Amino acid sequence: MPEMIEVRWHGRGGQGAKTAAYLLAESAMGEGKYIQAFPEYGPERMGAPMLSFTRISNRPIRIHCHVSNPKVVAVLDPTLLGAINVFAGVPDDGIVIVNTEDSPEALRRSLGVSDRRIFTVPATRIALETVGRAIPNTPMIGALVKATGLLSIDKVMEYTRERFTGRYGTRVAEGNVNAIRRAYEEVRGE
Amino acid sequence: MGKVVALEGNQAAALAMRQINPDVVAAYPITPQTEVVQEFSQFVADGLVDTELIAVESEHSAMSACIGASASGARVMTATSANGMALMWEVLYIAASARLPIVMALVNRALPGNINIHCDHSDSMGARDSGWLQLFSENSQEVYDNLIQAVRIAEHLDVRLPVMVCYDGFIISHAVECLEVLEDDIVRNFIGELEPVNPLLDTDRFITYGPLDLYDFYFEHKRQQMEVYPTAKQVIVGIGKEFGSLAGREYGLYEGYLLDDAELAIVTLGSSAGTAKEAVDHLRSDGLPVGMLKLRCFRPFPNTEIAQVLSRPKAIAVLDRSVSFGGFGGPLFTEIRSAMFENETSPHLLNYIYGLGGRDIDVEDIEGVYKDLQRVVDTGNVERIINYVGLRG
Repeated sequence: MPEMIEVRWHGRGGQGAKTAAYLLAESAMGEGKYIQAFPEYGPERMGAPMLSFTRISNRPIRIHCHVSNPKVVAVLDPTLLGAINVFAGVPDDGIVIVNTEDSPEALRRSLGVSDRRIFTVPATRIALETVGRAIPNTPMIGALVKATGLLSIDKVMEYTRERFTGRYGTRVAEGNVNAIRRAYEEVRGE
Repeated sequence: MGKVVALEGNQAAALAMRQINPDVVAAYPITPQTEVVQEFSQFVADGLVDTELIAVESEHSAMSACIGASASGARVMTATSANGMALMWEVLYIAASARLPIVMALVNRALPGNINIHCDHSDSMGARDSGWLQLFSENSQEVYDNLIQAVRIAEHLDVRLPVMVCYDGFIISHAVECLEVLEDDIVRNFIGELEPVNPLLDTDRFITYGPLDLYDFYFEHKRQQMEVYPTAKQVIVGIGKEFGSLAGREYGLYEGYLLDDAELAIVTLGSSAGTAKEAVDHLRSDGLPVGMLKLRCFRPFPNTEIAQVLSRPKAIAVLDRSVSFGGFGGPLFTEIRSAMFENETSPHLLNYIYGLGGRDIDVEDIEGVYKDLQRVVDTGNVERIINYVGLRG
């Protein structure tokens, strides 16, 4: 891992992009990394586009400014692709992971982009089949861990189980852990 | 050593409050302070603290209840932001003048208008003359550490003043970071028991708080109050050292970052100090002699200490996250400039207003300020004393 990785999460209010940013950060902390995570606070409305961010570093993180050039982008809602430039500020070798049934090749063609590494995962379907609700945040974490190799997937699942069991009960926790595992296995690269 | 946890700044503040276990908390929720009161209310409901939580109908009442409780001999805390602090304004002065050791978490937010919920320091600066001590925090760790130390500082028998612990709204209050927290009993041993001074509930010795005080004595009372602030500086340093030996993190009135041999320096408050450290490292690796001064303690203002620590740089930029309308520069700038006046060296002193209403300031912005300073030193020419960074147009 380079010294610091910055992740930008694109979602709509209610899809759990903030929770995803926090879960990834807190899982990384469990592996001895230094972390920051925060959402962008604008007018908050269910369904409105929103952003959240994760920083993971091998050294203490001192900066307290916006994330402008994220190496990794996760898009929780494919309908954002036509509305927002999710590639903004992303370096040419950056990683973009999108929740969609499409293949990376098909998505690349429809978006008309030639660089960046594109990954796709049917996160909403996985969430419906495992958690029973169309909240794609935890499967997106599984897909992101596979695409980036940032963390150990076992540690992420372990941490999610621990955090969700206390808060939402065993059934919801196991559903989310399965969602992470399935997305980790089903995410497609090029 | 404590354990490392991931918390938002507001959660770090609420955790410190739980460990401090104050007798009374009176507060009214306001963005971005809300989670402090929300989490602390949960601790009260769960029986984790012995605190009497007073839910009031306004911040004026919150501070008034704090004053009553503190005068009665209780350990008292509260939290607010911006407009809430503005509504407390009248009673803030009473808390300080009555020498009541109330501790407040102030989550910095811009004052209106227009309506803005994001960070700047206009709320802190509006209260700078109220008599409260003001400590600024760079990150969640410092929020936690400063709140614990603030109890000791406020209650110190040579001080007895209210303290506000300031931290940047959203940037710190709503961002999760790693911090190291102490065990409950270590915090409790460190803060000890409050020793009441002239408590209203001492029925063997009745006293009066807040009587009429006209031109025959008011002036002498204000002059007497002035005496405590130099002492408070020493107490803050002493407690910062003691906390350092306990937690491994020592605190003073300020923190210098690579200042000793710096020829170009930035002075700042709060979360931007961390961003500035990154800028300093970048420019140092390019060979630029840059350094940074983070002021932790704005009240009392460490004027002689600052004059000494800034005696070497040839050019200094003071970063202000608030403005003083109609004044000559921001509040931090005017104080620093005044503190430097008696120095034998006379560096170029520039003011940079930044970040009003939550406008971002990044590493590149701060590097730009250092490059301006370099140009000033190279040419000997200051184009503008008051400047803006991150402003469009």
